[in-house]
Amino acid sequence: MTHNLILRVVSKALIPPIIIFALYVQFHGDFGPGGGFQAGVILSAALILYALVFGLDAAEQAIPPTVLRILASLGVLIYAGVGIVTLFLGGNYLEYSVLGSTQVAGQHLGILLVELGVGITVFAVMLIIFFTFADRGRP
Amino acid sequence: MIDVFINITLLAFLAITAVAIVRMTNLFAIIMLFGIFSFLSASLFVVMDAVDVAFTEAAVGAGISTVLMIATMVLIKTQDEKRPAGHKPWLPLAVVIVTGAALIYGTLDIPAFGDANAPAQKHVAPHYLEKSIAETGVPNVVTSVLASYRGFDTLGEVFVVFTAGIAVLILIGGRRPKSIPNNKGRDENDA
Repeated sequence: MTHNLILRVVSKALIPPIIIFALYVQFHGDFGPGGGFQAGVILSAALILYALVFGLDAAEQAIPPTVLRILASLGVLIYAGVGIVTLFLGGNYLEYSVLGSTQVAGQHLGILLVELGVGITVFAVMLIIFFTFADRGRP
Repeated sequence: MIDVFINITLLAFLAITAVAIVRMTNLFAIIMLFGIFSFLSASLFVVMDAVDVAFTEAAVGAGISTVLMIATMVLIKTQDEKRPAGHKPWLPLAVVIVTGAALIYGTLDIPAFGDANAPAQKHVAPHYLEKSIAETGVPNVVTSVLASYRGFDTLGEVFVVFTAGIAVLILIGGRRPKSIPNNKGRDENDA
């Protein structure tokens, strides 16, 4: 597919809006439909499109597999870490209210961080699975 | 009224797609039909006002799963499903019909869709709907339930996704077996 000019041009134009949309879904999930899960999938879809059109090597150069493995663990760490922090601040595990000065502020920060963790892990794992399958299928 | 019409149309398309998937043998066409099936399900979720679920179904079911299934099809290097010779469909058909009849019988007793007096709406749902803004300040109740009230469940889900990634890496990731020829010089840089 690497020589298909139309696909290359169209996907180059599409990938930045897809990434922006993923960030919108990630950080606007409190107000509209969406959240970390969907944002992670959309963001990984942008890179999968890149890999399909420009080749696996270019995509692995853009985001190396080692980085993906670290990101996958980092997301889980952020989520579980928020729980540990609330424990140290005197609350129950994942009781976000103790994170801020008021209950609503704490909840807001907690939900934001937790959704970020979900998004990072989902993004990284989807790409790990795709890269692993695609790498295995190379001639 | 229009909802009923849309529901019947979508469910009819869903059934047609399912029958087509069962009858086809070309894997590529089947994967495309799976994508269509997911999009139809997503449309049904939108009609039922579950936009968050519809969003996930469209992104995961129709998007990522389709790509991963095509990647798998490339791996197994075949496009046609081979039917085992002498396969008699009567026993599986009977099992499916009995199970389907039992499920339809089961639906006779469950509350109508959107029934405000259903047990599912009586337990903690009223608390979430009434107190979500005051307690979390998040207008989208789905997000506040998912990330705050049911934070433990979501943590578990993230671990499930993480475990899936690790499982794929362990099973088919990493170094290729030496017996496969034509991988000159690739083993050094993808360890």
